[in-house]
Amino acid sequence: MTPLERYESLVDDPEAFRAACDRPLPSVVRVNTIKATVERVRAALDDEGIAHEPTDWHPGVLRLPEASPGRNWPHAHGWIHGQEEVSNLPALLLDPQPGDVVWDACAAPGSKTTQLAALMDDAGLLVGNDNNLGRLSALRHNAERLGVTNLVVTNRDARNFSLKPFGSDGDDPARIDAFDRVLVDAPCSCEGTIRKNPDAFDTWSLDHVHSVAGVQKGILRRAVQATRPGGVVVYSTCTFAPEENEAVLDYVLDAEDCRLVDVDAPLDGVPGVTEWAGEQFDPSVEKALRIYPHHNDTGGFFCAKVEVGG
Amino acid sequence: MTDNDGQRFDRLPATAADREVTGRATRTAVIEWWIDRFGLPAETFDGYTFWEKGAGKIWIFAADLPSPTDAEGLGMTFLRTRQEHWKPTTNAVQRFGGAATKNVITLGADRATRFLAGEDLGPEWDGDWGYLIVAHELAGGVEPIGVGLYVHDELRSVIPKGRRTSLSPPE
Repeated sequence: MTPLERYESLVDDPEAFRAACDRPLPSVVRVNTIKATVERVRAALDDEGIAHEPTDWHPGVLRLPEASPGRNWPHAHGWIHGQEEVSNLPALLLDPQPGDVVWDACAAPGSKTTQLAALMDDAGLLVGNDNNLGRLSALRHNAERLGVTNLVVTNRDARNFSLKPFGSDGDDPARIDAFDRVLVDAPCSCEGTIRKNPDAFDTWSLDHVHSVAGVQKGILRRAVQATRPGGVVVYSTCTFAPEENEAVLDYVLDAEDCRLVDVDAPLDGVPGVTEWAGEQFDPSVEKALRIYPHHNDTGGFFCAKVEVGG
Repeated sequence: MTDNDGQRFDRLPATAADREVTGRATRTAVIEWWIDRFGLPAETFDGYTFWEKGAGKIWIFAADLPSPTDAEGLGMTFLRTRQEHWKPTTNAVQRFGGAATKNVITLGADRATRFLAGEDLGPEWDGDWGYLIVAHELAGGVEPIGVGLYVHDELRSVIPKGRRTSLSPPE
């Protein structure tokens, strides 16, 4: 059984689902509002004769039907960043504000991190963490190219991320005690990236799904603990596996003081599933959003919004 | 006075009177260097904090943290000090150089493309030698590309290898 066959019972239109998974994805860029406006980016692309069209749901997310995202002036200036359409969603749902203290728990290579910085107008404090030292250089390179100055880069295991190195047990006025908002864009089995990475299924196994789900539970739990009461955590993956999505939410809803809230998304999707492989989940996981590739002609995605402190 | 610990981030002292680490640049000197060299508005760097990690590498950070701080990155690399001639970074010039009124050289389309690819260019500059902001016209404004070193009648592209690009030729 291929991973996709595994989920056909969940999908509204299995034929459209299979067909969409077989099509490659178009090139998409996000306008980096730290360095340029949408109007200026579009004028510069016009000057270079690069075809572009805004997506129907966000003026700052542009499809480039004929070109790759690099090797042009807007890219050289850090005005645009190649980022798959659906992966623009979690940062928008987290909705960080200028002045917030924000943690991106699994940040590398930094597409969503730099989007968070742009949404914050590069003001406030953003911690971009990743446990993979090799991938941190990509995060730092992208952040610098895109002109981000409010980012602290750390290399730790998000499951036991401590705030002590930021002075949380002291009285320094610059210390960090808790985060206002946290993004957990968790490492996952990446089934939803099959259109971008045709070999995404080669390394797929149920054992891997179960082992990565354990990591996801640890990271999301720590994220909830590190968020101030009233703060928000967004959990996202690019996988269809309920073990890595609703089951992770179910675990954290039980273990920590938090609740799911509605996802108000500009992209089409379907509610989270409350039952899978003989297991029942907390009914509120229906508030999460499953996006299949045929819904919006994007990659597959899962997103949920958690409010901390009941 | 103590020696610089290159493995952690230390906030720069406000002035020379506050200096505790030998040879460390001060916040005042770093800001003055940028504002004087490029003719930027005096308030450009209000609200930012400045840090040293590594020997002479200065970082600009939009927020603040207790000092010292242990991290892999803090804001953006901004300026190289602890050498005779201080050198701004390409990324900082792109981020803050748009408002520059001095020591900016604006290239035509062909020279701008060659500069971005890392080529050194002939002079066409009669100002000071040293580090310049190299810019070009793009989409209705002058936009900084990066840092050039004008010396010995030559404009050297000091764009780091990872930021050099050969633009696709027009179709």
